[in-house]
Amino acid sequence: MVNYFKLIALGLITFFALIAANYARDLAYMVHALLIAGVSFGLFIWVLRGMGTVTVHAQDEYMDDVIRYGVVATAFWGVVGFLAGVFIAFQLAFPVLNFEWAQGYTNFGRLRPLHTSAVIFAFGGNALIATSFYVVQRTSAARLWGGNLGWFVFWGYQLFIVLAATGYLLGGTQSKEYAEPEWYVDLWLTVVWVAYLAVFLGTVIKRKEPHIYVANWFFLAFIVTVAMLHVVNNLTIPVSIFGSKSVIVWAGVQDAMVQWWYGHNAVGFFLTAGFLGMMYYFIPKQAERPVFSYKLSIIHFWALIFLYIWAGPHHLHYTALPDWASTLGMVFSVVLWMPSWGGMINGLMTLSGAWDKLRTDPVIRMMVISVGFYGMSTFEGPMMSIRAVNSLSHYTDWTIGHVHSGALGWNGMITFGCLYFLVPVLWKRERLYSLQLVSWHFWLATIGIVLYAASMWVTGIMEGLMWREVDANGFLVNSFADTVAAKKPMNIVRGLGGVMFLTGSIIMCYNLWMTLRKAPAKEASLSVAVPAE
Amino acid sequence: METYSFLREFADSWMLLFLFLFFLAIVFWVFRPGASKEYKDTASIPFRHEDKPATTEEART
Repeated sequence: MVNYFKLIALGLITFFALIAANYARDLAYMVHALLIAGVSFGLFIWVLRGMGTVTVHAQDEYMDDVIRYGVVATAFWGVVGFLAGVFIAFQLAFPVLNFEWAQGYTNFGRLRPLHTSAVIFAFGGNALIATSFYVVQRTSAARLWGGNLGWFVFWGYQLFIVLAATGYLLGGTQSKEYAEPEWYVDLWLTVVWVAYLAVFLGTVIKRKEPHIYVANWFFLAFIVTVAMLHVVNNLTIPVSIFGSKSVIVWAGVQDAMVQWWYGHNAVGFFLTAGFLGMMYYFIPKQAERPVFSYKLSIIHFWALIFLYIWAGPHHLHYTALPDWASTLGMVFSVVLWMPSWGGMINGLMTLSGAWDKLRTDPVIRMMVISVGFYGMSTFEGPMMSIRAVNSLSHYTDWTIGHVHSGALGWNGMITFGCLYFLVPVLWKRERLYSLQLVSWHFWLATIGIVLYAASMWVTGIMEGLMWREVDANGFLVNSFADTVAAKKPMNIVRGLGGVMFLTGSIIMCYNLWMTLRKAPAKEASLSVAVPAE
Repeated sequence: METYSFLREFADSWMLLFLFLFFLAIVFWVFRPGASKEYKDTASIPFRHEDKPATTEEART
């Protein structure tokens, strides 16, 4: 019966999407309308062919298919996002790479949001969805709630990514950092996100353990807060129902404050709380010992979520924002150092008594260095939020370096560690194909990040100092183009760091693929006995 | 009083106090007697039910 309604709905969506494509006011909207029409028509056929079949959800098994898809999507979008990053890094070093024939589509301004969204939302988001589905089932001892709703979340999120990415290239953007997608893409993400919350919360509610494990608290905070941030920062009114352009309801400095309240909490809850959820499950699992202090983990959780939400105004020092607000943001950012390092200590000390594993297990080495980078960037961040430091660092490459030591070091490395943990478990292999390749990945990525961060420190501080340099008469010494020329060597080093990081991730993909093909299967999953040789 | 001034005053007085006391209460609650034993059990949740959900008999609610 439900399938009939699905068919009617999909048919209507296809129909209206085609009408929208016909009336489209701009290219991005038209391409998206055609894309949606194509996807819903494909789904229509798929539902039609599947009429009469019933999917069974065995409650005595975990729902792992969707997680396997999530793992593949994470690895795929990771490589795509890193590749885009490397390319735009070289565009900055060699402007000729902003090809004349593709002007307006593949120049730096269009590709940069593609890179940031690909790594944060496509790579990081898929990693978060996959690991949260994995962790919430295992720690609740219950199958994922909602049956096929988990699949809707996965595929719905992929559609969001494709709409966002194609929109950026075609000019459909509302120019808010990390919130670039236009109104209809935002609405779609809201639908997917509510479904995600329902699946996650439903599984927590039907759990067979009396307590909610701390990782789930972090995942839940991430899902709920991102929903709130996303809705408030995207309250826009479309200019036309048939066009991608929209206007935000906030005006002036309020818009700026809402944007950075969103932006900083995207870092705090998407890239920190969610990934801390990964840390609290996968580091204990890989180290084979429970978390160092469960009490600390609870205090860590509440301190982190109470403080992070106030830190946004530090992005708006020396602007039209009132002083009290930017001081508030600065103070809370500095206080935030405490819970951040509390969490770092909790993660690192989980290895106490098992430090020897660092020598033998490159996967745990990856997880540990990610927590190390977390500690480093959560020290650097509060420092940069201090107004005096910010006056030098703001608008320079120092900020870019800071973001990347956090994103590549913390988010990237912990995700790689989780993928190395998950693939053998999900595909029932005894072990990874090659630990040596994991070591290669580890060192390439680590040296890549060090090159990246170091070159950005140098160039960031240099350009900050050049911008403020005045001569004896009080005139500025350097023009903007002088700083651009002075940055060239560092821009090249940064690009090379990115190449190393990208190479590491390609090695990872090869290793994970070979794990599926070549690594010995787990004994239990062999249906036929293998004769001894 | 206009909404902005009211909200601002409320935020930096009563709400601030409430959040601070809430946080202190959590810290005290975490160190309540008998907590260590309970948290030891909770912390070992990742090491149970790795392959299959708990059956009805195993459920520990």
